Amino acid sequence: MTASQIVFLLSAALIIGSALMVVTTRKLVHAALWLVAALFGVAILYGLLEAGFLAVVQVVVYIGAIAILFIFAVMLTRKEMRDTGPQTRRSWPLAALLGLLVLAGLVFLVLDMPDVARTAVEIPAEVDTVGALGQALVSPEAYALPFEVASVLLLAALIGAVYIASGQKKE
Amino acid sequence: MNLWNDPINFIAGWLRALLTGWGLSLDLAKIFIMLVGVGVLIVGSLVLAIFLVWVERKVVARFQDRVGPNRIGPYGLIQPFADIIKLIIKEDITPTTADKVIYNLAPVLALASVLFLWAVLPLASNIYGVDLNVAALYLVAAGALGTLAIIMGGWASNNKYALLGAFRMVATMISYEIPMVVVLLIPTLLAGTMSFRGIVESQAGAWYVLMAPLAMLIFLISAVAELGRAPFDLNEAESEIIAGFHIEYTGMKFGLFYAGELLHAFTFGGFVALLFFGGYQFFGLEKLGPLVAVTIFLAKAMFGYWVIMWIKYTMPRIRIDHLLAFNWKFLTPLALILLVVTALLHKLLAGLPLWGITLIMFLTNVLIAWVTVEILRAYGRKQRQAEEVLAPAGQH
Repeated sequence: MTASQIVFLLSAALIIGSALMVVTTRKLVHAALWLVAALFGVAILYGLLEAGFLAVVQVVVYIGAIAILFIFAVMLTRKEMRDTGPQTRRSWPLAALLGLLVLAGLVFLVLDMPDVARTAVEIPAEVDTVGALGQALVSPEAYALPFEVASVLLLAALIGAVYIASGQKKE
Repeated sequence: MNLWNDPINFIAGWLRALLTGWGLSLDLAKIFIMLVGVGVLIVGSLVLAIFLVWVERKVVARFQDRVGPNRIGPYGLIQPFADIIKLIIKEDITPTTADKVIYNLAPVLALASVLFLWAVLPLASNIYGVDLNVAALYLVAAGALGTLAIIMGGWASNNKYALLGAFRMVATMISYEIPMVVVLLIPTLLAGTMSFRGIVESQAGAWYVLMAPLAMLIFLISAVAELGRAPFDLNEAESEIIAGFHIEYTGMKFGLFYAGELLHAFTFGGFVALLFFGGYQFFGLEKLGPLVAVTIFLAKAMFGYWVIMWIKYTMPRIRIDHLLAFNWKFLTPLALILLVVTALLHKLLAGLPLWGITLIMFLTNVLIAWVTVEILRAYGRKQRQAEEVLAPAGQH
C-alpha cells in the first residue's frame, strides 16, 4: 500500500464514520460538529487529488458556513436541543434496502468505468493549476456560462434575502 | 548548498544522510524529516508566543504610562515563565453542565488555527513551511477554523455570557471576512499569483503599500476584527459579558486561548508585512543570507503587531450595530471599488515603467480616499442637520 492509499482509506473512514454520526447523534450541535469532520475529510480527498484550490474552498465555504448553521441550531430549536423520540420509523428496513440497492448500483457503475483502476497522474510543480482553473471559469469555450448562471442565481438569492429581511416599508 | 545560504536544505540533507546511514528507508527518512520540520516550526512559534506575552505587557504598560513587568529578570523578561507556572498549577475546572469533549477541544483548535497559518508564512526565500499556490485562500480557511473554535468554546461552556460572546464573534467574523477576501485579491492580482512567496518576490521593485495603501488599511482593519481585538473585542467585552467565550476556562486552557490570541496578532502583523510591505525584502539586504531575511521579516511582523497593539490600547470598544454598519456600508463597498479600480489600472497601465504604475496607483488611491472622506463629511452634515431640526440647539 502506498502512503496516499493509506491516507485515502483513513479519510474515507473519517467521512463515512462522521456522516453516520451526523444522522444518529441526538444532539443537534454535535451533528453540526460531526458534519465539520465529514466535510474536512472531503477536503483531504481533494488534497489527495492535487486539487488544492477545491480543498481550501471546501474549508472556507462549507466549514465556514457551519458556524452559521451552529447559530441557527442554537437559536431556532428547543432549549434542550436533544431529541428524545425514537430515531427510526417502522419502514426503516425498506429504506435500508433502497439505500443498499442504490449503493450496489453506484458500485456497479463505477466498476464499469474504463479508467477506474488508473492511478492519478502527478501534476508537475510548475503547472499553474489555479490559473488554469480561473481561465476555464471565464473563457466562453469552457465554463463561462454555467459560472455566470450560478452567479446570477446567488445574486437573486441575495436580493431576495435583503428584501425579506428589510420587511415592509412604512407607507 | 551550504549552511549559510540554504540552512533548511542543508540540515535536511544532513539528517537524510544520517537516517539512511542508520538503515532507514529513504521514504521513512523523508517523512521523519518533515515531522521534525513541523515540530521545529510549532515549537519555535510557541516559544515566540511566550516572548510575545512579555512584549504585550510591556507595550500596554507604556501606552498606559506605567512601567510594566520589571521585577523578575532584566526588564522583567522572566515574567512570562512565572505566568506560565501560575497557569499550570491553577485548578483545571470543567463546569459540570459543560459539554466535556467540545469544551476541551475548543482551546486546542483555537491555537491550532493560528499554527496552521505558520505553515504558509515565507520567513525567507528558502525558509518556509509549504509554498501553496492557494495560500491567500488558505489564510481565510484557517480563519474559519478559528471562528469554529470560539463558537465551540462559547457553546460548550453552557454559560449565557459565553454563548453571547460566541454569537458576537461569528457576526463579526462572517461580515469582516468579506472585505478581507476582497482586499486579499488586490495583492493577488498585482502579483499574478496567490502563493505568498510569489507575492513577496513580486514586490522586489515596489512594495504594494505604495500601489494600494487603502487596501493595506482595509486589510489591517479586518485583520483586527478577525483577531477579536479592541476596538472589535465584542466577543470578550469585559464590562458587558465578563470575558465572553472563554469565561469558564481556567489554567492552561485559558492560557491556550491567550497564547493563541497573541500569536494570531503577531501572525497577522506578518501577513500585513508580506502582503504589503515586501515580506522578507529590505532594499537588497535580504541577499546577505536567509537568517538576515528572517530577521527582517520578524522585525516587520513585530512592527505590524505593534500597530495592532497601538490600535487596541487607544480605541474604545465599538457598539455592535456600529461595527456591522461600518463593515457593510463602508468597508465592503470601498473594498469592492478598490478592487475594480486596481484591476482596471493594472491592465491599462501594463506597458508603463514600474515607477509610473506605482505613482498613478498611489494617486488614484489618494483620490478615492479624498472622495470617500468628502462623502462621509456630507453624510455627517446631513445627519447633524436632521438632528438639529428635531432638537434645536441649546435644548439638549
